[in-house]
Amino acid sequence: MVTENDIWGYLEEVADPEIPVLTVVDLGVIRAVKLENDQCFITITPTYSGCPAMKMIEEQIIEKLNEKGIPNVSVDLILAPAWTTDWISESGKAKLLEYGIAPPENEVDKSVLFSEPTVVPCPKCGSRNTRMISLFGSTACKAHYQCNECLEPYDYFKCLK
Amino acid sequence: MNSLFEYVLRLGDDSLILGHRLSEWCGHGPILEEDIAMTNISLDLVGQATSLLGYAGELEGKGRDADALAFLRFDREYKNVLLVEQPNGDFGMTMLRQFFFDSFRKPLFEKLQHSTDQHLAAIAEKSLKETKYHLKHSSEWVIRLGDGTEESNARIQESLNTLWRYTNELFFTDEVDNELVEKGIVPSLQEIQIEWNATVTAVLTEATLTIPTNNWKQEGGRKGLHSEHLGYILAELQYMQRAYPNMQW
Ligand SMILES: [Zn+2]
Repeated sequence: MVTENDIWGYLEEVADPEIPVLTVVDLGVIRAVKLENDQCFITITPTYSGCPAMKMIEEQIIEKLNEKGIPNVSVDLILAPAWTTDWISESGKAKLLEYGIAPPENEVDKSVLFSEPTVVPCPKCGSRNTRMISLFGSTACKAHYQCNECLEPYDYFKCLK
Repeated sequence: MNSLFEYVLRLGDDSLILGHRLSEWCGHGPILEEDIAMTNISLDLVGQATSLLGYAGELEGKGRDADALAFLRFDREYKNVLLVEQPNGDFGMTMLRQFFFDSFRKPLFEKLQHSTDQHLAAIAEKSLKETKYHLKHSSEWVIRLGDGTEESNARIQESLNTLWRYTNELFFTDEVDNELVEKGIVPSLQEIQIEWNATVTAVLTEATLTIPTNNWKQEGGRKGLHSEHLGYILAELQYMQRAYPNMQW
């Protein structure tokens, strides 16, 4: 008999399509798992409104659960409460760093105007002497930084809250 | 009239048309970083448009989904403000147009996230987080270009002289707004305009730019009366669905 806990375990095997080092559980986009008779209901929420990975995440979840012998899976997308980077798990943040992406810093929500860019330590050498190259990186969820010490260019997973 | 449908449609069309305009920069940005930034912002806006138009379709209750509303209407049925359909011009003009829009959307979403309409509140809460990044990006460019070289200052001042006449329409109010404000579902746009004025004045002053004194204001988009530019946008935006009806991506 499959339990909801088992399902959470299976979802740990579904990787985020854009940052494959993270699972969808690490990323915090799985909001609920519900089993009713032989029907499995998964609720997900997007990181960004236009995140092109959501459709793929949905399909991968269905594929993975089918593979685990759960044939009836429905995935529902909700917008509220809105996703925040606080929902990335601690192990997820460690995996990001290991992968070379600086995890979200715990920024306070400064007034958006006239504020200095966040100090983001280099994931390669740990130096805090770094600079922001661009507020928008390879995907909407990332900014682009460079280390002034070791010159490593890297992505920063922007704080969203 | 279904006021909430009309209201959400207006928000959705603003996002859709501006998102499309920004996407025209794809592969043409002045530097790689800005090419990526503009297409990222475009993606956020098109994502917001999908949520908003999807909800508008539900409110209308005639079986139209986000795609049907985005791709299968005629120009008079689009309710976006004229500002968002204005041509990109140079990079400075695009940033200034974006700045005017972001300065409007941020306070609007801040209020709408507490709307008594839960679906609209959810979309606003989600979109607000993205809009803050957009505003930070666009306002910094307006300052950098305005307070930059003689050339960059002159060019963005000219863009300001051109775009200023379209800004007032952001606060266009009619019976749609009045009904919803009265019911406490949406904020009054006069309230939003006070914040908009404060942001715009602060940034344009920092950018050493001069707000035009010519107060001629152009409006019409909210009523479906557009500039000729919208037709060209729609020709491209709708091409696939018009040429191959019901095609799936
Ligand atoms: Zn380094």
